[in-house]
Amino acid sequence: MKIVGTPRRRVDGRAKVTGQTKFADDVVLPRMLHCKLLRASVPHARLVRIDASRATAHPGVHLVLTGNDFPIPYGILPVSQDEHALARDKVRFVGDPVAAVIARDEQTAFDALDLIDVEYEPLTTFADPEDSLANPTPRIHEYGDTGNVHKLVSLQFGDVEQALADADRVFEDIFFYQGNTHLPIEQHAAVAAKDPDGKLVLWSSTQTPHYVHRALAKTLEMPAAHIRVIATPNGGGFGGKSDPFNHEMVVAKAALLLDRPVKICLTREEVFYCHRGRHPVLMQFTTGMKKDGTIAGMHVKTLLDGGAYGSYGVASTFYTGALQTVTYHVPAYHFQGCRVFTNKPPCGPKRGHGTPQSRFGQEIQLDKIAEALTQDPAELRLRIVERPETLTANYLRVGTIGLSECIRRVTRAADWANTFRKLPHGRGVGLACSSYLSGAGLAIYWNDMPHSGVQLKLDRSGGVTAFCGATEIGQGSDDVLVACVAEVLGIDPLDIRPITGDTDLTPVDLGSYSSRVTLMMGNAAIQAAERARDLLADAVSRKLGVPRERLVFADRRVFDTEDPGKGVTFSDAVCLAEAAFGTIGTTGSYTPPKSAARFKGGGVGPSPTYSYSAAIVEVDVDPDSGWIHVPRVWIAHDIGRSINPVLVRGQVEGSVYMALGEALMEEQIFRRLPPRLSDALVHKFPSMLEYKSPTTLDMPEVFTELIENPDPRGPFGAKEVGQGPLLPVMPAIANAVYDAVGVRIDEVPITPEKILKALDAKAAGKAPRYGPSHFPDIPWPEPVRVAPPWEGGDGKAQDVGRQKEEGRSTAAKAVIRS
Amino acid sequence: MVQITLTVNGEPVDVAVAPYKTLLEVLREDLNLCGTKHGCELGECGACAVLLDGQPVLSCLVLGVDCGGRAVTTVEGLASDGRLHPLQETFADLGAAQCGYCTPGFLVTAKALLDEHPRPTRDHIRDALSGNLCRCTGYQQIYEAVEAAIAKGSR
Amino acid sequence: MMRLPNFRFVAPTSVHQAAELLAASSGDTMLVAGGTDLLPNMKRRQQAPGTLVGVRHIAELRAISSGDGVTIGAGLTLTDVIRLRQGFGGQAREAYGALWQAAAQVATPQLRNMGTLGGNLCLDTRCNYYDQNYEWRKAIDFCMKKDGETCWVAPSSPKCVAVSSTDTAPALLALGASVTLVSANGTRQIALSDMYRNDGIHYLTRQRSEILTSVHVPRLDGWRSVYWKLRRRGAFDFPVLSVAAAAKIAKDGTVEAARIVLGAVASRPVEAPAEAIAALVGRPLTDDLISEVAERAAQPSRPLDNTDFTLVWRKRMTKFFVSYALKELRGDDMRARRLKVSRQELL
Ligand SMILES: Cc1cc2nc3c(=O)[nH]c(=O)nc-3n(C[C@H](O)[C@H](O)[C@H](O)COP(=O)(O)OP(=O)(O)OC[C@H]3O[C@@H](n4cnc5c(N)ncnc54)[C@H](O)[C@@H]3O)c2cc1C
Ligand code: SF4
Ligand code: FES
Ligand code: FES
Repeated sequence: MKIVGTPRRRVDGRAKVTGQTKFADDVVLPRMLHCKLLRASVPHARLVRIDASRATAHPGVHLVLTGNDFPIPYGILPVSQDEHALARDKVRFVGDPVAAVIARDEQTAFDALDLIDVEYEPLTTFADPEDSLANPTPRIHEYGDTGNVHKLVSLQFGDVEQALADADRVFEDIFFYQGNTHLPIEQHAAVAAKDPDGKLVLWSSTQTPHYVHRALAKTLEMPAAHIRVIATPNGGGFGGKSDPFNHEMVVAKAALLLDRPVKICLTREEVFYCHRGRHPVLMQFTTGMKKDGTIAGMHVKTLLDGGAYGSYGVASTFYTGALQTVTYHVPAYHFQGCRVFTNKPPCGPKRGHGTPQSRFGQEIQLDKIAEALTQDPAELRLRIVERPETLTANYLRVGTIGLSECIRRVTRAADWANTFRKLPHGRGVGLACSSYLSGAGLAIYWNDMPHSGVQLKLDRSGGVTAFCGATEIGQGSDDVLVACVAEVLGIDPLDIRPITGDTDLTPVDLGSYSSRVTLMMGNAAIQAAERARDLLADAVSRKLGVPRERLVFADRRVFDTEDPGKGVTFSDAVCLAEAAFGTIGTTGSYTPPKSAARFKGGGVGPSPTYSYSAAIVEVDVDPDSGWIHVPRVWIAHDIGRSINPVLVRGQVEGSVYMALGEALMEEQIFRRLPPRLSDALVHKFPSMLEYKSPTTLDMPEVFTELIENPDPRGPFGAKEVGQGPLLPVMPAIANAVYDAVGVRIDEVPITPEKILKALDAKAAGKAPRYGPSHFPDIPWPEPVRVAPPWEGGDGKAQDVGRQKEEGRSTAAKAVIRS
Repeated sequence: MVQITLTVNGEPVDVAVAPYKTLLEVLREDLNLCGTKHGCELGECGACAVLLDGQPVLSCLVLGVDCGGRAVTTVEGLASDGRLHPLQETFADLGAAQCGYCTPGFLVTAKALLDEHPRPTRDHIRDALSGNLCRCTGYQQIYEAVEAAIAKGSR
Repeated sequence: MMRLPNFRFVAPTSVHQAAELLAASSGDTMLVAGGTDLLPNMKRRQQAPGTLVGVRHIAELRAISSGDGVTIGAGLTLTDVIRLRQGFGGQAREAYGALWQAAAQVATPQLRNMGTLGGNLCLDTRCNYYDQNYEWRKAIDFCMKKDGETCWVAPSSPKCVAVSSTDTAPALLALGASVTLVSANGTRQIALSDMYRNDGIHYLTRQRSEILTSVHVPRLDGWRSVYWKLRRRGAFDFPVLSVAAAAKIAKDGTVEAARIVLGAVASRPVEAPAEAIAALVGRPLTDDLISEVAERAAQPSRPLDNTDFTLVWRKRMTKFFVSYALKELRGDDMRARRLKVSRQELL
C-alpha cells in the first residue's frame, strides 16, 4: 500500500495553517443580521409571561422570537423529543433559552435582551440526583420512567447472583465520576439564510448535519428537501456539537421570517450551557473472582445525573453498562442503570460516551482485586482479556482484540516490572485498559438504510471528487476519505477534492460521533472507489489488450503488472472509461452488520469491531500536601491499521490530553445558593479561566505505541482511535496514586485536596481512601433476562418468571468493601 | 468612529473603527481577516493571538483605536513570496493542526519565538506556547512542528 | 462574542495631561494600561467606565532609573520587567529575584506582553461570584461588589472579601517597595504597603484622580528574594496563594533581616506577623527554624471560598509554601519542587 500507513500531510492541512479553513463564524453574508439568546436566570420555573415589546421597539432590532414561535419539540433521540428551541411553558436550568433577539449587530441584540421582561413562577429546584430520586414532583419533564427518573434499565445475562455466590471472593466498590465538558476552542456558531430559490440554508458548527437536517424539517414544518445543512469544519467537537441545538432552530426560523441571513455565535458561557458533556455517574461494582484470577460474575449499578434534558441520555445510560464485557471475559453479567433529570445543563455524549465512567470504576476495582489476590495487575488482566471473534455475555460481537499486545507493549515501554510497587514513596505507576466501539451499530433513528454513503465523480480532467456527508471536526475525516479513494485508484490524495458535510451535495453519513467515520465512511469510500476502478480497468483493459486482473493502479497510472511500462496515465484511463461508458460516477455505502442482540436495550453497544488500549501513567505525589504531578504517560492502542499515522498519533495524544484534564482538574460543577438567600443553582465557573483545561506546562510526555493488526471489518483493517485512548488514563492515574502513596481516590477529578484527605484518613487509621460510600436505593425494574451465548442463549430475552431457585448457594459470602 | 492607520501584514491600512471594538473585531469584521480566531474574548484561551509590533498579544483585549501606527501580523501574513512560512509547512505536515482552530494563535506565537530565539529548547518552546490552549493535539505534535521548522530554517 | 460596552477613549501623551483629564472627569473615568484586567471586566459588565484614559502613549511611565535602588515606570509591561533582570547586574538579580519570579508567573506570555506593572499593582480584587458575566451575576441577584447587596462568600460580612490576586504586589512588598502617585494636585510617594486596604471593594488607598507613575525598589545589598505561587495550572491562573520572601543572610548563614508576604489570602497582600520575622532574625535557617517560622508566618492566612481549590486546603498549603520560599532563600536547589508545583523551573 502506498498511501495507507504512510505519514502524510492531511488533505486539509494547508487550509488550516493559512487561516483559510472557513469555520461557521467565518461565514459572512451581505445584509446579515445577528442573533442573541435570552437565557433563563432561574433554574426551574414556570414561564408566566414574556413581554418583548420594549425589545421589539429598540432601534436596530428586527425581530424577537419566543417559545410561541416554536410549537414543535425536537431532540436527538426519537424517545426524547423534549426540547423546544425557546422555552414554552417552563425553564429547566439557568441558561435555558427563553427568547431570541435578531438585530443589526450583536451589540444591539445584546442590549435588547435586557429589555425583555420575563415573569417566572419558581418551582422546586433539583440539584442532585438523590433529590430527583427522592422527589417525584414537581416533574422536570412530563415524560420519563417515573417522577424525575428519566430512564431505568436492568439487563441480566446469566445467573449473576449464583455466579457471585460461587465466586471465591467478591469485591464491592463504589465510585464517583464527576461531570465535565468538551470545551472545544471554537464556540458553537450558525448562520442561516434563504437561498435564491427561497430554500433554507444553514451553516453550522455541527458534528451531525444529517440529524440537524431532520430536526429542522420537523420543527420548522418544512420539507426536508427544501433545507440544506452545511456542517462547517468544527473547531473541535468531542461530542459537544452532536445534538440539534436551540440556536440552530432559532436562526433558521429568523432567516425564513426576515428573508435575511442571520448569524449567531455563542459566548463561552453559553457553550457551557449547551454542554451535553460527561454525565456525573455514581456507580457500584460487585465482582466475583475465582481463585485462578478469572472473573466469575459482575453486577454493575450506575446512577447518572442527566441534567435538564434527554439529549443522548438514554443511550448514555446503556453505555455505562455496555463495554465491561468487551474488554474482559465476564461469564455472567448484570447491569442496572438509572438516569435522572436535574436542573442543570443537559449531559450527553463526550468522547467515550458513557463508558469512561464505568471504565474508571472497573479498572480501579481490578487494581484492588489484583492487590487482594497478590497478583500483578498486568498479569491479572492478561488472563481475563476477552477472546477475539466471539460473542460476549451481552451479545456484542467482538472482532480482533489487540489488548494483550497493548498490555505487553506498555509494560515493556514503561519498565513496569521494575517500577510497579518498586518506586520510592511518593512516586508510583498505574495501569489500566479499555475498549471502544468503532462506530455505533445502530442509527439514532430506526431505519434500514446505509450509515454512510460516498459518491465519486471522475471526469476527463483526471480529477476525482469525493462526496460524503461525514463531518470534519479535526479528527481528519476528509483525509481518511481521500486516502481510501486514493489508495484504491492509485492517485495522490491531493488529486482528490473532498466535498463533505453538506446535505444538498453529499450522500448521507450519520455524523462524526461514536468513532464511526473511519470505519463506515472508509468502507463506503473503498466500495465507491473499487467500482470506479472496475470501470476504468475495463476500459483500459480493452484499450491495451491486457486482462483486467493484471492491471495495477499506482503512481497515477494504470499499468500491466507483468509489464509495468505498458499502461496509461490515470487521466487517460478516466477518458477511456468516459468514452466507453459515459459520465463516470460511482457510489459506495456501508451498513453495519446486524447485531446479535435481540433484546430490548440491545441496540446500544454493538459495533462492527472494537478498539483496545492500555496505558501506564507515572505520578509524583507529595505526601505532605497531596500535590500531584504527572511526568509521563505510556499508551498503546490497537488501531487495526493506521490510515495516516500522523493523525492516529494525534488522536491518541489528544485523547490522553483530554483524559488528563478530566482526571486531574476539569469539572462541570454547580453552585447552589441557600434558598433563604437566592436559591440560585448556577454553573460554578462557566469560563475558560476557571474550567481548567491543561496548558502546555501541565502536559506530560506521552509515549505512544500503535498496535497494527488489521481487522477485516475495517477499511484496510482500520479501527477507531478518536475516543478509546482516553479511557484508560483516568483509572491508571488513580492506580498510580495508590502505588505512590497507598491511598485510593475512587473519584475524578483526582485533586490534591482529595489525596490529602485520604492521606489524613490513612494516618488516622481509617480507610485510606477518598470517594463515595453509599449507593442509593433505586426502584429497579424486573431485569430483562438473556441467557449468554454459552448457556445456549439466542440473544432474545427469556420469559420472566422462569429460572431462579435450584441449587442456589445461600451461604453468605464475605464481601470485600473498600 | 475613529479613523486610524495601521500596518496589517506589511500593508498600510486606513480604517474607521468604533471605539469599543477590539483589534480582534477590527480584523475579523472591519478588515475581513477571519484567519484570527476567538474562543473566549476574555484573554483565557490564546486563540486570538496576533503579533503587534512583532510581539504576540491577545487581539481580544487590544483596543482597535489604540492600534494607530502599529504593525499587526496575522496568520494571513505569515506566508511570503507565495511560500508558506516554515512553521506553516511543518504544522501542516506533522499533525500540529487538528481542527485548526487554535492554529493561527499558535503559529504567530511560535513565529515570534523563533524570530527572537532561533534555537529554543523544548522547555523554552513549551513556555512560549503556554498561553495558547489546544484541546485537540495534546501539544506534542505542535512542539515537534516547531522543532522541525527550526531545523528547516537553519538549513 | 463578548464585546465591550460603549465608552469614550482618550490617549494623553504625558502624565500631566492624564492627571488633568482625571481631575476634570466626573468619576466614571478610568485609566487603562494593558487593559488585560479592565477590558475583560468591562466585557462582563463588572466595571463600566464612561471614559477610558489610555496611558500607552505616556513615555514617562516607561522610564527606568537606578541609583539608590531602582525606579521602574508603572507603564512597563511585565515582559519588560522580566527583561530588566538582565539589566540590574548579578547582585540585583538575587535581591530582586522575587519580582522577577512573580512577573514571570503572571498569566501567560501574551498577557505579560500586554499587562503592565502598574495595572498589576492596581488589579481589581477577584471572586468567583464577581468575575462572571452579567447574566450569571443576575442569576444570583448580583453581589455587594457590583449591583447587589449581599456578599455570597460571607453573607454576614459588612464588607466584600474579594481576593487580592496580583502577583507582583506581594513580591514588591517583600522588597520594601514604594510607589509614586501623581494627580493634578501633586505628587506623593507612599510605601506600597500603604496603597492597599483589606477591603474587596475599596482595595486601594489610591484616589481615583491619581496615576501610579512608578515603583521604587530600595537598594538591597546582600539580600535575596523569592516568590512562590500556588495555582492549578502552570499558566493562565491567578494565584490562590502566594508567598514572597526576602532575607539578608550573613556569610555564616544567620538571617540578619527578613520579610515575608502572603498573597491571595485576603483583600490585600498580608505581611507575616512580626513574631515570625523576629523568630528568624539572628538565627541560621535550619530545617527546624524553617518549619517553626512557616507555621507562624502562615497564621494570618485566611482564604475564603471564592477562588479555585478549597479554602481549607489553601490554608494548609500556606506553611508549605513559606517553607519552600525559605529553603530557596537558604540556597537549596528547589528546581525539582518548582517543576512540580509551578510546572516550570523558573531559572
Ligand atoms: C486570563 C488572565 C489571567 C491572568 N492571570 C494573572 C495572574 O496570574 N497574576 C496576575 O497578577 N494577574 C493576572 N492577570 C491580570 C492582568 O493580566 C495583570 O494583572 C496585568 O498586569 C494587569 O495590567 P494591565 O496593564 O493590563 O492592567 P489594566 O487592565 O490596564 O488596568 C488594571 C487596573 O489598574 C488601573 N491602572 C492601570 N494602570 C494604572 C496606573 N498607571 N495608575 C493607576 N491605575 C492604573 C486600571 O484603571 C484598572 O483598574 C490575568 C488576566 C487574564 C485575562
Ligand atoms: S467577596 Fe462577596 S461581595 Fe465581594 S465579590 Fe465576592 S461575593 Fe461579591
Ligand atoms: S479569544 Fe480567547 S484569548 Fe482572546
Ligand atoms: S487543533 Fe483543535 S484546538 Fe488545537
